[in-house]
Amino acid sequence: MIGGLFIYNHKGEVLISRVYRDDIGRNAVDAFRVNVIHARQQVRSPVTNIARTSFFHVKRSNIWLAAVTKQNVNAAMVFEFLYKMCDVMTAYFGKISEENIKNNFVLIYELLDEILDFGYPQNSETGALKTFITQQGIKSQTKEEQSQITSQVTGQIGWRREGIKYRRNELFLDVLESVNLLMSPQGQVLSAHVSGRVVMKSYLSGMPECKFGMNDKIVIDKQGKGDATVSIAIDDCTFHQCVRLSKFDSERSISFIPPDGEYELMRYRTTKDIILPFRVIPLVREVGRTKLEVKVVIKSNFKPSLLAQKIEVRIPTPLNTSGVQVICMKGKAKYKASENAIVWKIKRMAGMKESQISAEIELLPTNDKKKWARPPISMNFEVPFAPSGLKVRYLKVFEPKLNYSDHDVIKWVRYIGRSGIYETRC
Amino acid sequence: MTDSKYFTTNKKGEIFELKAELNNEKKEKRKEAVKKVIAAMTVGKDVSSLFPDVVNCMQTDNLELKKLVYLYLMNYAKSHPLCTDCEDPNPLIRALAVRTMGCIRVDKITEYLCEPLRKCLKDEDPYVRKTAAVCVAKLHDINAQMVEDQGFLDSLRDLIADSNPMVVANAVAALSEISESHPNSNLLDLNPQNINKLLTALNECTEWGQIFILDCLSNYNPKDEREAQSICERVTPRLSHANSAVVLSAVKVLMKFLELLPKDSDYYITLLKKLSPPLVTLLSGEPEVQYVALRNINLIVQKRPEILKQEIKVFFVKYNDPIYVKLEKLDIMIRLASQANIAQVLAELKEYATEVDVDFVRKAVRAIGRCAIKVEQSAERCVSTLLDLIQTKVNYVVQEAIVVIRDIFRKYPNKYESIIATLCENLDSLDEPDARAAMIWIVGEYAERIDNADELLESFLEGFHDESTQVQLTLLTAIVKLFLKKPSETQELVQQVLSLATQDSDNPDLRDRGYIYWRLLSTDPVTAKEVVLSEKPLISEETDLIEPTLLDELICHIGSLASVYHKPPNAFVEGSHGIHRKHLPIQHGSSGPAAPVDQPQVIPSQGDLLGDLLNLDLGPPVNVPQVCSMQMGAVDLLGGGLDSLVSDPIIIMHPTLCGWKNIIYVLLSNSWSGPGLISVDFLLLLAVLNFCVLQVWLPAAKAKGLEISGTFSRRQGHMYMDMSFTNKALQHMTDFAIQFNKNSFGMIPTTPLAVHTPLMPNQSIDISLPLNTIGPVMKMDPLNNLQVAVKNNIDVFYFSCLIPLSIFFVEDGKMERQVFLATWKDIPNENELQYQIKECHLNADTVSGKLQNNNIYTIAKRNVEGQDMLYQSLKLTNGIWILAELRIQPGNPNYTVKNTLNEKVCPNLWPVLYNIIWMQLWMYYS
Repeated sequence: MIGGLFIYNHKGEVLISRVYRDDIGRNAVDAFRVNVIHARQQVRSPVTNIARTSFFHVKRSNIWLAAVTKQNVNAAMVFEFLYKMCDVMTAYFGKISEENIKNNFVLIYELLDEILDFGYPQNSETGALKTFITQQGIKSQTKEEQSQITSQVTGQIGWRREGIKYRRNELFLDVLESVNLLMSPQGQVLSAHVSGRVVMKSYLSGMPECKFGMNDKIVIDKQGKGDATVSIAIDDCTFHQCVRLSKFDSERSISFIPPDGEYELMRYRTTKDIILPFRVIPLVREVGRTKLEVKVVIKSNFKPSLLAQKIEVRIPTPLNTSGVQVICMKGKAKYKASENAIVWKIKRMAGMKESQISAEIELLPTNDKKKWARPPISMNFEVPFAPSGLKVRYLKVFEPKLNYSDHDVIKWVRYIGRSGIYETRC
Repeated sequence: MTDSKYFTTNKKGEIFELKAELNNEKKEKRKEAVKKVIAAMTVGKDVSSLFPDVVNCMQTDNLELKKLVYLYLMNYAKSHPLCTDCEDPNPLIRALAVRTMGCIRVDKITEYLCEPLRKCLKDEDPYVRKTAAVCVAKLHDINAQMVEDQGFLDSLRDLIADSNPMVVANAVAALSEISESHPNSNLLDLNPQNINKLLTALNECTEWGQIFILDCLSNYNPKDEREAQSICERVTPRLSHANSAVVLSAVKVLMKFLELLPKDSDYYITLLKKLSPPLVTLLSGEPEVQYVALRNINLIVQKRPEILKQEIKVFFVKYNDPIYVKLEKLDIMIRLASQANIAQVLAELKEYATEVDVDFVRKAVRAIGRCAIKVEQSAERCVSTLLDLIQTKVNYVVQEAIVVIRDIFRKYPNKYESIIATLCENLDSLDEPDARAAMIWIVGEYAERIDNADELLESFLEGFHDESTQVQLTLLTAIVKLFLKKPSETQELVQQVLSLATQDSDNPDLRDRGYIYWRLLSTDPVTAKEVVLSEKPLISEETDLIEPTLLDELICHIGSLASVYHKPPNAFVEGSHGIHRKHLPIQHGSSGPAAPVDQPQVIPSQGDLLGDLLNLDLGPPVNVPQVCSMQMGAVDLLGGGLDSLVSDPIIIMHPTLCGWKNIIYVLLSNSWSGPGLISVDFLLLLAVLNFCVLQVWLPAAKAKGLEISGTFSRRQGHMYMDMSFTNKALQHMTDFAIQFNKNSFGMIPTTPLAVHTPLMPNQSIDISLPLNTIGPVMKMDPLNNLQVAVKNNIDVFYFSCLIPLSIFFVEDGKMERQVFLATWKDIPNENELQYQIKECHLNADTVSGKLQNNNIYTIAKRNVEGQDMLYQSLKLTNGIWILAELRIQPGNPNYTVKNTLNEKVCPNLWPVLYNIIWMQLWMYYS
């Protein structure tokens, strides 16, 4: 299991050092600093073995988190734990920065003591942790309160405490998708997939039993009703630990008791029938050795009534660019020498429209034999629909003990499609 | 001076005073105070309230003071706040106390913590119980014996049936870790009832708990396919968990249990289908998890390529993937490349070859070559892509391309020679040894088609001594090839290179190869041609695959560090942890009873023996210790010294046992003209080679076309049976398995016979089967007789062979002097045997040195009347010691062998000793 956990700042100074096992010596702290943080080369692997000691690290802004072990541990678990650790810290004191860590180091040690016992990860749901790790000492709780805490931390529903009350029962569902594309210069889709998340904010009283439904092809085909064309084929999905997985496996129904507040209900991935909101048509022409002509057309491909926002097209330029002249029909375009790219920004664009940019790039003559690698043209945008075609059909809420019904709950649904890695080779 | 005065002071407010003294600045004062405290304690006063102050005094170099503090600690540990906190009404405090308790790593103190821990393990509050479960693992780490004696392991086992899922999960985690240090004890006691409890807890506990339980489940061996299937059914829902570690651990359980399911069942096929989407989803996680997932997928696609064969697109590299993700994706792309997707893959690879990162680009170029070798239909396209890349003139791209083109030539000889001209244009830009060697090989191999081959090779010769060994060796061979192809024009060149290699070089490898060629060329050019220009075996894509037994072991470690490193745990874990090796479960009854015997002439027929052999149990050998995962072949004997020679495809027809045998025959048949030219290194080489000349054990005529020849060897403390299987029949052979009859030394194979590809007609395969001596023992006659049954898809065959006893001589056979003396006297005379060795002209030191190489150790040496007496010991794997006295007279050494336990061993020992000594003699005479 995990033998120790260290947090460093960007200089490699130790901010937090918690050792769980005897086989991890103090020199392990230095070994990681010398061999990874101060290493001359770029990091070649997130797992490093130094003198039979394995170091797992993740980086958040310029803070390094490293878990150390000498055993054959579950590597995926260690990384998941480090991510979780970041989530917990963020939930307690906001952004993970050197200053915040220094200001909260006692809290961090207290948390590390609770969520990692002898290197075994324990309950790390912030909802539960916040009930008894408060930085105010253990309050003189009543016996009932104490046993409620312990049964919640160890219990089946570790993510929600009992006795939550809201005057207004309300829930928000956000369907957030990122659409990824790799297209050849000829417009052939090399790979495309949507990775989506359903994020829920729940403000519900008691222990509500929820059931979530969407236009999953398998469910709709099974029910035999409804239009099969509006259903979507989901390649795979994963759920928050509140969802009863065995029930999903047998009936494909998504039922759960949600944590209080915001959390990620599910993640999913689709590859079929994706609506690609934009198409990029590049044209690059080399005029002699010192000039490039670039023309890029973007076409929006969704309902004309909808508006895409925050559109940004990034056209890479060679390293030896000396000057760029740009003409665009819409939005603003600028050559950013520091980023080696022309950045073209458009605030809004309706569906079924087209826009164009053309640029002349002057090059300095070089004797560098290596050819310019021509990185792909990438795009960013945000659209108010789900490119996968996913639709929320229902989210039913039952609370058997309290007297509010499904109808009393106010529900909000929102769809946002964003670009993931949306690239067209040129 | 006595310490009794401490007992006499007895004033009021003593405790208060002591407290002040304990915190005094002066060391001496503090020591006085502690002594007073101990005194007070001894007379029965309660000084427990001074606990923190006394503990403070522990910070000292003064041994006396330290001891006193410990004395105090031991006395009052029971009333230590930790112990009292274990009784606190607040469960959070009780848990905190028990958690901290385990972190006090002082042996003597922990004893006092047993009682509170016992209470906490039975606490009414689950939070305390789950913490106490982990505490047992902590205590076990400090004092394993105590944990066992106190019965904590049983309490832990009871917790598996706890009503709270998190308690179950922590108990499982603790037990799993503890059982790793006791590989043989059945600590976890995985029976169907317990499994059922675990599966129930799986649905209810935290994500981390699910990981502990799944990892534990993967160690279970279901008794039949029904049980395996029902466990799989309850594990598959975990594939939808958001935590990637839960998913990977579930994949591990499923991959293991798949082995047990019948391959044609519907469930098997559905399960395979279910595995693919979650694996793909792992790639949308954070980069670190992607990396872990990719390393595992790399194993999974080697084991079961069908799972992901449709998904190659998800492994296409994204521009901003971290480099470690890119490199891993590339690896998997090649594994999944097939005729169906090769066009896409090649287009991608070509794209990658223009990227920035040098390592990545090189790997992409290499990948193109591997595609060509893997998918024959694509070879032409790959070659033209490589040519395009060479035209870019980017130095490292060109060099990498040339190295892979060499491999393509070896796979498809006489097909793409037209491109040689283009390659030759780039000769000057090659500065890496690999690329230079590859180019030289190409020139030598196709010398007859390259007009200026001699000029090209000559140009390399100028800086011969500055080249790396690899290039030197290749150049030597290439010029010899050139000479054999165009003898008239290149005589001078070949003489030049031979003299450079033999006379001016310090490198024994190079020198010896030079001598071999020289001798070959001067004695028998026809044979030389046969040897040097013989047809080379084709290379295949399998060279990059992980060795199958290792792969199976790594599959059992999916998700763990072992699967990330692609190394078994004992390669990177210290101490006892991880020594226990894991195996895939084996389906029962998969290979039916073997066919009846019709080869009675090969093996002496013995009633119970045949029955025993017929019942070919193909299950894994029990308790398998270390397996050397090295490549097989005679090469190991030389400790790597010959690697470069062997890995070169030219001199040796097949870098394996058969090849060596041929070489030796060739060399021996050309009678040696005298010792003048032969270096000692080379003689040593020959001596070692002689050991591995194979004997034909099973002639093809007696085994329906299967010929088995082999030998035994001992390398790095392990025994091996090195065999060569040759298919002389007209049909291919598959499903090989091997079993030994009971034998005198209890010798059994450590691993099953690893022949994975079908053996085609006229092909042969070399196998190095690791052996150990933990099997059943039965006395054989002669003692070193071994009866072997080999099965293939055609029949079962039997043969017997003699094991050279020297492989049983263990490395720790050196007896203590005193013990030797005492034992020597105690051996009855009837156990003593004497032999004479004739015509030995070695002195005592040389003899003892050579014997030591074979694990026969010299204990003492003395000189009696001009004769050297050597006293020696050796130990057999079964613990029998053999003591010997060696008397050396000039021309007539007298070897007295005394045996401590079993006289029957002796007659057999004789040929062994004789063999070893004769070997050396032969060397010096020849």
